[in-house]
Amino acid sequence: MPGLLQLAMLVVGRDLKLALRHWDQAIQPLIFFVVVTTLFPLAISPELAELRRISAGVVWVAAMLASLLALESLFRTDVEDGTMEQWTLAGQPLSLMLLSKTITHWLLAGLPIVLMSPIVGTALGMPQSAWGALAGSLALGTGCLSVLGAIGTALTVAVRRGNVLLALLVLPLEMPVLIFGARAVDLSMHGEPVAGPLNLLAAMLLLFLSLGPFAMASAMRISVEN
Amino acid sequence: MLDVSDLHLWRGDRHLLKGVSFSLRAGELLQIVGPNGVGKTSLLRCIAGLLPVESGDIRWCNKLLASSRDAFHQQLAYLAHVNALKTDLTALENLHYAVSLRRKITTQETREMLTRLQVAECSDLPVRAMSAGQKRRVAIARILLTQAKLWVLDEPITNLDVAGIQLFERCMAEHLDGGGLVVTAAHQLLLQGRDNVRTLELH
Amino acid sequence: MWLWFHKLSSPPYAYRIAGMLRPWLLWPALLLMAVAAYGGLVLSPPDYQQKDAFRIIYVHVPSASLSLMVYVAMAIAAAVGVIWRIKLAHAFAAACAPMGAWFTVLTLATGSIYGKPMWGTWWEWDPRLTSELIQLFLYLGYMALRSSFDETQRADRASAILAIVGVVNVPIVKYSVVWWNSLHQGPSISKLDSPSIDSSMLWPLLLMMLAFVLYFAAVMCDRIRTEILKRERNASWLIENVTES
Repeated sequence: MPGLLQLAMLVVGRDLKLALRHWDQAIQPLIFFVVVTTLFPLAISPELAELRRISAGVVWVAAMLASLLALESLFRTDVEDGTMEQWTLAGQPLSLMLLSKTITHWLLAGLPIVLMSPIVGTALGMPQSAWGALAGSLALGTGCLSVLGAIGTALTVAVRRGNVLLALLVLPLEMPVLIFGARAVDLSMHGEPVAGPLNLLAAMLLLFLSLGPFAMASAMRISVEN
Repeated sequence: MLDVSDLHLWRGDRHLLKGVSFSLRAGELLQIVGPNGVGKTSLLRCIAGLLPVESGDIRWCNKLLASSRDAFHQQLAYLAHVNALKTDLTALENLHYAVSLRRKITTQETREMLTRLQVAECSDLPVRAMSAGQKRRVAIARILLTQAKLWVLDEPITNLDVAGIQLFERCMAEHLDGGGLVVTAAHQLLLQGRDNVRTLELH
Repeated sequence: MWLWFHKLSSPPYAYRIAGMLRPWLLWPALLLMAVAAYGGLVLSPPDYQQKDAFRIIYVHVPSASLSLMVYVAMAIAAAVGVIWRIKLAHAFAAACAPMGAWFTVLTLATGSIYGKPMWGTWWEWDPRLTSELIQLFLYLGYMALRSSFDETQRADRASAILAIVGVVNVPIVKYSVVWWNSLHQGPSISKLDSPSIDSSMLWPLLLMMLAFVLYFAAVMCDRIRTEILKRERNASWLIENVTES
């Protein structure tokens, strides 16, 4: 019988192996992130001065949408090929297994966005001084988005064509994350302290990480019934 | 050890299971028969603990399933219509990840089991490159490797050829001889002429 | 007390009780609404700055409070349904949701109507309106999730999880929206709060709140009877009841 850490490592190992065999699929959310941010200069103006004012918001919204798209690959294949069903029958804490999956998913989908964000931000006129707040807020924020998104995905994975339903469920819950994250970057661009919103994001992340997995597991058990 | 009493199940408006009851002891095989759509799969899923039961009891070793779910699942091996194999992983990798959730397993042991089921050539092949029959044998290998006491198998011999069916029957017989329990739903009756084999008809 | 509560969770009993209670809730509600409306529209003086336009708060504030209260009640009912497996609690949550959504829409509409003469725009991103909008999305998401499952039992349990997650998020949403707004306007109150509540303005407001709550309860009696009918349509007690009458 594997212990908790071994169980987590097993899940992480399996998912990383699977992702590496399809790395072309794994980088799609990142590409989407860059493409979406490119839409805004095209839609608004090539003037960096104008773009600078909305850069924080644009990068954040693009990150939210990319994270939403990435959720497609989180649970769907496992549910469709029957492996998720077996996980619910393994006699092991499903909440830990799903949390491990979510963390791996964040490493593959969220972390690249965090690392790419300073480049994208600069392309929208963001000063270098804001990079810290940008990467920091996105690191914490995409973590929150991953957990909330995983709960939503677990609820809708058995629904036919549930992508739009997923967005409708998850985006309103994610709005506070967007508010604190984007504002933190904006404050940093104006030279003001960012500890407030970043601490709130960290607190939210801790809250979601501790309670989220149980919601995920309950939702998943309902979804695999059929 | 497995006691089901007065099980009722509704799917939407349909009253699918109407007071199903049976008891199963060590070394016994129960085969559930009935026409398509009568609820065989649903009954198996209720026993496995996947479908919640509105009325009736399922007990394993005299404990209600609902209250000892994890302990029950550790002694259960469930085979569904789908094989529960990741198409991008090899047979060895699939079995390693699936069985390690239950117990420590070595590559040696896995290879031996695959040889026993006559799919040794698939050991390092990704599942998507296998035939349907080979995939089913790998799925059966998983059931055998978990060393669970209760097998709940939904149409286990799908896609198996005659030799495969005989092989599977031998594995089942061994499991029963060792004190295991099996509940299956299949269109073809297995292990006929053997003691301790019962059928339950649903209608 | 527990025995009564336990009895209440049986559909036939609840069905009868709800039918009996409805007139006792509805008529006082309408009466109170009439009194409160008279007090608010006629008796209380026009506001110094906002003249008569502010009177819309008599509808706006109660419906905003109710939109939040109904969501919390819905989440509590859903949690009770999941923890203690009481089907009626799920029926209550299902019946609540559209009402709560309508209260949110009413809040947004009255807020918008208030806004036009006051600020010259049909919409403003002030804390209350923004959080009511997000609240509406939460309601719509809940109802959408419910309707995406064929089986009532599964819909109940899945939407219960969503409701519980949502209710945990509601304080976070409210706080974040207030904070977001305060960055731009400084420490100002919501534009839709009356600057000073005189006692002559207060009692119609409170009375209207009570009237809304009673009205909600009255409509819920009807709605929960409908839910019970839908869920128990094959049950013997219902068939007997209907064939008798």
